[in-house]
Amino acid sequence: MSAMTDDTLPVTPRAMRDEMLVFAAMAVLLGLVPLTDIYPFFVMQALCFALLACAFNLLIGYGGLLSFGHAMFLGTAGYCSAHALKVWGFTPELGILVGVAASGALSVVTGYISIRRQGIYFSMITLALSQLLYFIYLQAPFTHGEDGIQGIPQGYLFGIFNLAQPIVLYYVVLAGFLGGFLLIFRAINSPFGEVLKAIRENEPRAVSLGYKTDQYKLLAFILSGTIAGFAGSLKVFVAQNASLTDVHWTMSGEIVLMTLVGGLGTVFGPVVGAFVIIAMQHNLAGFGQWVLVIQGVIFVACVLTFRRGIVGEIGHYLKRSL
Amino acid sequence: MQALYAQLLVGLINGSFYALLSLGLAVIFGMLNIINFAHGALYMMGAFCAYFLLNIAGIGYWPALIIAPILVGIFGMILERTMLQRLAGLDHLYGLLLTFGIALIVQGVFQNYFGSSGLPYAIPEELRGGINLGFMFLPIYRGWVVVFSLVVCLATWYLIEKTRLGANLRAATENPTLVRAFGINVPRMITLTYGLGVGLAALAGVLSAPINQVRPLMGADLIIVVFAVVVIGGMGSILGSIITGFSLGVIEGLTKYFYPEASNTVVFVLMVLVLLVKPAGLTGRAA
Repeated sequence: MSAMTDDTLPVTPRAMRDEMLVFAAMAVLLGLVPLTDIYPFFVMQALCFALLACAFNLLIGYGGLLSFGHAMFLGTAGYCSAHALKVWGFTPELGILVGVAASGALSVVTGYISIRRQGIYFSMITLALSQLLYFIYLQAPFTHGEDGIQGIPQGYLFGIFNLAQPIVLYYVVLAGFLGGFLLIFRAINSPFGEVLKAIRENEPRAVSLGYKTDQYKLLAFILSGTIAGFAGSLKVFVAQNASLTDVHWTMSGEIVLMTLVGGLGTVFGPVVGAFVIIAMQHNLAGFGQWVLVIQGVIFVACVLTFRRGIVGEIGHYLKRSL
Repeated sequence: MQALYAQLLVGLINGSFYALLSLGLAVIFGMLNIINFAHGALYMMGAFCAYFLLNIAGIGYWPALIIAPILVGIFGMILERTMLQRLAGLDHLYGLLLTFGIALIVQGVFQNYFGSSGLPYAIPEELRGGINLGFMFLPIYRGWVVVFSLVVCLATWYLIEKTRLGANLRAATENPTLVRAFGINVPRMITLTYGLGVGLAALAGVLSAPINQVRPLMGADLIIVVFAVVVIGGMGSILGSIITGFSLGVIEGLTKYFYPEASNTVVFVLMVLVLLVKPAGLTGRAA
């Protein structure tokens, strides 16, 4: 698995400090966005996908597991939150909780099934599982099939924050993103994260050292799936709809692409990648199907010539892990 | 009962496509260590190739059955020489990502020019009509697809397991360096193997053109089902992929008759069950 990432640099206190500095800079810059002319809806959407890509990256970058079905967590949390908000009339915080709980439960089940096989088979299994869910959602009455759930009320978070106001919503989404990001950051730099990396590098050896690798992989999968679900629940408030696109395999592919462009196994790569890909989609929206072709070209170009990704290249140049 | 037999036949036909595609995936994986995500897109190209041959060059079904796989096979070999070859020695997952990108490009280009609707492709004159078997009415073309696919699958099995070429191939799968030392051109063999696997996909595409219509996305969902088939059967055994492919098609057909709501999902559910009971897959030789 070692060829997958360029993580030869040791995690030193200095590297940790570098990463915390970049994190602080990122938080401040994102906090200033409403003062600029940048369309906040675009940034909110990008933040949701950035968190999603970070959750995905936890599995591939640190566990060596390439999930080709992460859209299932996005879509499941989205549908469940949307249903709770619209039909049951739940408050936003409870709506988010429903979505996160649903994706968490889903990740326990799908994780238990998919970690039974490694490498390429793991990817195929996660893809097949997400396609299974796609067909279930296509037929289930509560998702309204092709129409999706639309016109979701945004409501008042904790009874005070009016999410219908773009600026309030922006800071709520930003807080959610930063919280999720820190959780992943903490997991990566914990003893748990170290064991995960050991499994990625040499699983038989980790087993021989007495680690129950399946439990570590399952835990990483659950963490990743649940945070991906959290991103999906946040996205419901931004897009105000939940549809089949969010569960489709093309969405899983986009998540992979964002992380690949930004840099697999880098801390900030998925965030950069998500912004790049979402910006590209916004600017090329008029080109219709050509967007898919361009995404394909980026995939091919990244794999052939640019495997470290944007952040990976910068880190390699600066000889720091970012 | 008529409906049951009809669904069984549909199941056998889908099973033929599963078998041809998973066979190609297994052959390619054996030599290149790559899961070819572009397999569905290349299957679609096979069908389009037959469509173009008929509508532009006036070349009919029978020549297309040979020409389309060769053309798409050459396209595949170009892909292998220009791109896939450069991934040698890297993690397997890069092959998956690269071929996924290729699939997006190919499908996107075709979608731009042909939309998402299906183009008709007529059944060749010799295979029109049907035979009344007493218990059911058998459309000749459908019977032909099942029999012909089975013959192609068995021929591929024979080629790989029983001939000298196949022996070299299997040896190169086990230990490429040693086989090269015997003076066999392994890189050329890898290219030809990819061409063979891709050719099988294109052949399945030509066979399906008169049944399923020619659509840019005809292979996109199919390839995911085929992945599930591969997970169930494992890629270690050629005969295993053939049997798994046909059986899953039949099971899917039966589901369509007894519980149509689950016909889309039954293969995936079976995959889950197999993983729970026998994690290594049915043939048990998978990684």
